Amino acid sequence: MRIFRILIAKPGLDGHDRGAKVVAHALRDAGFEVIYTGLRQTPEQIVRTALQEDVDLIGLSILSGAHLQLSKKVIDLMKKEGIEHIPVFVGGIIPPDDVPQLLQMGVKRVFGPGTPLSKIVEEVKSILQEGVASTGGS
Amino acid sequence: MYDKEFLNSLSKKVKEWEEQLQAELKKFPERSERFGSRSGIEIRRVYTPLDLQNTDYLNDLGMPGEYPFTRGVQRTMYRGRFWTMRQYAGFGTAEETNKRFKYLLQQGQTGLSVAFDLPTQMGYDSDHPLAQGEVGRVGVAVDSLRDIEILFDSIPLKDVSTSMTINSTAAILLGMYAVTAQKQGANIGELRGTIQNDVLKEYIARGTYIFPPQPSMKIITDIFEFCSKNMPKWNTISISGYHIREAGANAVQELAFTFCDGIAYVDAAIKSGLDPNVFGKQLSFFFAAHNNFLEEIAKFRAARRIWARIMKERFKVTNPEALKLRFHTQTGGSTLTAQQPLNNIVRVALQALAAVLGGTQSLHTNSFDEALGLPTEESVQVALRTQQIIAYESGVADTVDPLAGSFVIETLTNEIENRVWEYIEKVDSLGGMVRAIETGYVQKEIHNSAYEQQLAVEKKEQIVVGVNAFQTDQEHQLKNILKVDPSVEERQVIALKKLRKERDNDAVRSALKNLKQAAKNGENIVPYVFDAVSVYATLGEITDTLRDVFGEYTESMIL
Repeated sequence: MRIFRILIAKPGLDGHDRGAKVVAHALRDAGFEVIYTGLRQTPEQIVRTALQEDVDLIGLSILSGAHLQLSKKVIDLMKKEGIEHIPVFVGGIIPPDDVPQLLQMGVKRVFGPGTPLSKIVEEVKSILQEGVASTGGS
Repeated sequence: MYDKEFLNSLSKKVKEWEEQLQAELKKFPERSERFGSRSGIEIRRVYTPLDLQNTDYLNDLGMPGEYPFTRGVQRTMYRGRFWTMRQYAGFGTAEETNKRFKYLLQQGQTGLSVAFDLPTQMGYDSDHPLAQGEVGRVGVAVDSLRDIEILFDSIPLKDVSTSMTINSTAAILLGMYAVTAQKQGANIGELRGTIQNDVLKEYIARGTYIFPPQPSMKIITDIFEFCSKNMPKWNTISISGYHIREAGANAVQELAFTFCDGIAYVDAAIKSGLDPNVFGKQLSFFFAAHNNFLEEIAKFRAARRIWARIMKERFKVTNPEALKLRFHTQTGGSTLTAQQPLNNIVRVALQALAAVLGGTQSLHTNSFDEALGLPTEESVQVALRTQQIIAYESGVADTVDPLAGSFVIETLTNEIENRVWEYIEKVDSLGGMVRAIETGYVQKEIHNSAYEQQLAVEKKEQIVVGVNAFQTDQEHQLKNILKVDPSVEERQVIALKKLRKERDNDAVRSALKNLKQAAKNGENIVPYVFDAVSVYATLGEITDTLRDVFGEYTESMIL
């Protein structure tokens, strides 16, 4: 069985990376290969990394309130590069009112504060399953 | 503190008591086999004078206002004056934040505390591509002196004390503040306030660094020097454990890494020829108050004693004013939950009480909706009222250091101190804090602690009410969440473009040229920054000038 590769990215200027690092650590402990971008990546850099590293999933961590703009930019760029099939999830301080908008953009899951790591790991597995099912397996 | 004979008889008594207890424990076991704080300190069943046999009252506690200041930095503490109630605020444009400031002052807040947006903290003007989507989000957007003039419009800066959470671009904001005050007719020598100006913690915990550590340290010592001559009442730095704690550190690591940062600043300043007896008076600190009530109170008391000892023993400081650790406290943002948000009011009250019992000089209480967004007027009012209830209704401010002498508090104070010294020695052995940060040691310690804590919550070793216990199906939905108007960015950019047209651009070019030359020559850059600011050079232009000379820092990836 192949090992899925997950990109955890911090777009924008926000430097609060505790959540991103903890989630990355948990996913690694759950057996995934995790690439963490480090702070302050532009959407362009994130999409480039996703392409170069051939990842199966992208997680964006945003706590600055700029989640709508930044997620949209990443997703638009992914479309431009033809990698919109790679699922995206978002975590951070996301007001519940903004969740429907993110999902509408194509974000697969939104994880607010206090989400258990076990739930994130489980949901990540299920997102990847969905992906495998829709492409007929690989 | 006690005589030998008494301790011997007490020791016998305690043994007897423990023996009798064994039968009882078989019938009624305790809730857990082991009780402990997050920093790994074991909490024992009961504390007695036996735990304090090595404590020497006069050397380890002393009287309030006297070395080692364990019991407080003033003789009368809150009997003279309450701590400064300083709510951190800032969002959108300078106009909007000015309104919030006036609202808070009208509600009885006693000091201002400015939150800047991320582009301002990172030295980008509002029209920079990297600023897109971030303008006015987590703080107020400031591009030039004009914004600061609007921010403090009709607020007399000679009368208020202002704290500004600004680090990499601290010299620029200090300049804008001082020039605005002068325009209001104030003498800058009279200004009171604090700039955070703590860059080392940015590399390990908060991420808003710009330049590499060495030039960052140079800018900081430039500010020390400038202020000790021209702004003697200004706190030139707020050495911050808060962000270290929020990034996942425990209480011991919070103190330890903060003091390692402090040692690095004092070292750098002494090397640049400054006298710690002088600049030491202008150092201030910033800590978090988290949920473990007893440990937090002990932490604040230990902090004062450790810093006084560092200054006296390590740096041979003799001026008592330069030995005192004065600190601001903020309740722990990361302890707030999005689940059942009203519970946060109770958490904040307990944390604030710990800070007051620990002897803080200034306090920010978080608003209960902060796990969901920026606070509203209503939630920030409850947060401020929490402080006022502690101050005016609880009675805890009527005596100095009320929990001193408590067996458990004194024991924890001692244990925290011992563990902090171990970390300081470790960092010394790695070659000091700048080196320890460059190798990633500190970041890794903090990350491991954050991960361990999250796992403890997952395993329910640590209970978070409403999150992993006592959940409800029907979550209380907050109706009011503050939204920053998306048109803020547009308005800010238009105003900035207008400013660039209207100002004297020759004066700006010449001021920036002088600044660049000064930075290259290793001169103190602060006066040049002040000159550039006063002719309306923008924050981005000034930072770019310094970026050209100092370069930019990229983090080494630690996971």
